[in-house]
Amino acid sequence: MVQKKLREKAKELLSKKEVDLIIGFGEGTQPLRATPIFIRTPEEADRLVWNSFCENNLAAYLHKFNRFKVGIVVKGCDARSVTALALEKRFKPDQVVLIGVPCERMIDRKKVKKAVKGEILKVREEGDKIIVLGEGVEVVLKRDDFLYPLCKACTHRNPVQETLLVGDRVEEAALTEPNPEAKEFEKKSPEERWAFFEKESSRCIRCYACREACPMCYCTECFVDSSNPKWMEKSLSPSDLQFYHIVRAYHQTGRCTNCGACERACPMDIRLTYLTQKLNQEVDELFQFETGVDPKALPPLSTYKTDDRQEFIK
Amino acid sequence: MKVKPLKLNKKDFQSFLKDVMKDHDLYAPVRLAEGVSIYKKIESQGEIDLESYNTQKPVKEVFFPQSEAMFRFDKVEDRHRVTSTDEVKRPRVVLGARACDIQAISLLDNVFLGKEYTDVYFLQKRTSTTLIGFACNHPLSTCFCASTGGGPFTREGSDLFFIDLGETYLVEPLTEKGKALTQNKLFAKASAEEIALASDIEKKAVKKSDASLPLEGIEKKLDQLVESRFWDRVHEKCIGCGVCTFLCPTCHCFDIVDEAVNERGQRVRNWDTCLSSLYSLETSGHNPRPTGRERTRQRVMHKFNYFPKNFKKIACVGCGRCILYCPVNFDIRQVLQDIKDY
Repeated sequence: MVQKKLREKAKELLSKKEVDLIIGFGEGTQPLRATPIFIRTPEEADRLVWNSFCENNLAAYLHKFNRFKVGIVVKGCDARSVTALALEKRFKPDQVVLIGVPCERMIDRKKVKKAVKGEILKVREEGDKIIVLGEGVEVVLKRDDFLYPLCKACTHRNPVQETLLVGDRVEEAALTEPNPEAKEFEKKSPEERWAFFEKESSRCIRCYACREACPMCYCTECFVDSSNPKWMEKSLSPSDLQFYHIVRAYHQTGRCTNCGACERACPMDIRLTYLTQKLNQEVDELFQFETGVDPKALPPLSTYKTDDRQEFIK
Repeated sequence: MKVKPLKLNKKDFQSFLKDVMKDHDLYAPVRLAEGVSIYKKIESQGEIDLESYNTQKPVKEVFFPQSEAMFRFDKVEDRHRVTSTDEVKRPRVVLGARACDIQAISLLDNVFLGKEYTDVYFLQKRTSTTLIGFACNHPLSTCFCASTGGGPFTREGSDLFFIDLGETYLVEPLTEKGKALTQNKLFAKASAEEIALASDIEKKAVKKSDASLPLEGIEKKLDQLVESRFWDRVHEKCIGCGVCTFLCPTCHCFDIVDEAVNERGQRVRNWDTCLSSLYSLETSGHNPRPTGRERTRQRVMHKFNYFPKNFKKIACVGCGRCILYCPVNFDIRQVLQDIKDY
């Protein structure tokens, strides 16, 4: 239903030439995947799909197309990224047409893979069930048990600032505690936290998929790539890996929308979002700010108020 | 060398490993987290993970590490001093690599042990290593080794080849080096039934690897596409991370840097990726590959045009890692089909 409407709207936008291109999702080449597609003609609109595997944050592509008028398919988190990018003046507000889809939360493909023995050959969704077909086996999984943790905790599933809406609005409520990963991390002792961080970051291969998948990582020159000044070395020494992971997370303070694109992009399954979630929680507590929710509110680290909390300055 | 298949009972496998580790450094897949494994030097036998699908990082890392110190330097009184980095002291055994990964090592020989230049770092590791290949009984749907001139049971490059028969391994010594590892009581002659069973498993596995990729004539076709509009859209979804190149068993580009503090340090080479804009950025600020268009073209051209021009072989072994781990489902199979259809 949503998919049909999505195609209709896309066709309309492209035939009326209201946009130069539309960034959306197409059928993936593997089970459990959808893939970003870029369509420019009304005929191509029928390639658009909508399902629980539309996990990428397409806002990351806006930097590439900042000289065009772009229609972009967005979930709640993606819409917040677009709003945040607009506040950072990455494009003019009338340059982007937000095709908002209220999000039913996305399915964690890695979790599904781990739950099924052998290779998964086909997957289909039926209501609250995921039907997984392997070689000679069919497994029925409960959709709710296989959602991304961040999606379960999401309280902004309806796209903000959308230009047009496809599908019905959903009720905003988290299925779990809003910051489950940060809470889980906080429960650990400092030694355990360090051990966890050390173990996760040690798997890093410096492919920077987490950086490239994130809409908010758009520096012309990333600190890891800079040679003058050289902030860090390029090898796999633990201190360099840890430095990268800490600074990457810190650069997201007050800018991250909890979309989880970084963690989903990682080929080494490194947990990343517990760090950004913790930072988001701090920003919310200190400044009552959630990224990209209010299109007028400047990110707290780019502005100041005379009554800002400052007890942490000693 | 004529192959007389042997067998090794799985209950003797640990004793075999123990034996190997007596005089060799053993490298095998190690699980770092659920579903994530890489090749590492084995400290204790329990670390070895032969159950997962293919490792995330390919076996090339044993021969061509992601970061490798080439030499160290410092200053003693007024004189600069250069010292060699560690040589390979003990012979090595690599165990558990699939046919695709091992075939990739043979491809890398062309680059690192070529006619004009020999890379001493690669050479040392290569000559001191015995490769124990493991037949791939269950190719995935993303595997296409059968299209790239190999197959899940290709023995090329292996010194010793293991085929999992369930309770036992069928073991084929393929070189003198491989044979040397079987000179003990653990190995027995394989029976005719066991050999037949192995060949049965092989037939089934070969069928599973996709042999239909249109690679015939790809080099010539790409000759015509260098300046083509074809590349304008192929790259669009690529976000420019290094997943496909770093996890590729044949990609071999590296960047050399000096890591130094106060005139003391080391020269290191690190894997590099042509999909990063930094890769081709020149000191002047000019970048001959300014966008994803040129960078994606480079990745495809190197594998399917330049490498074949230099070495008569494509630089792809069909392991499917670039498909499996790409964050945006960029699929090289689709690109190859599009090239053919263009």
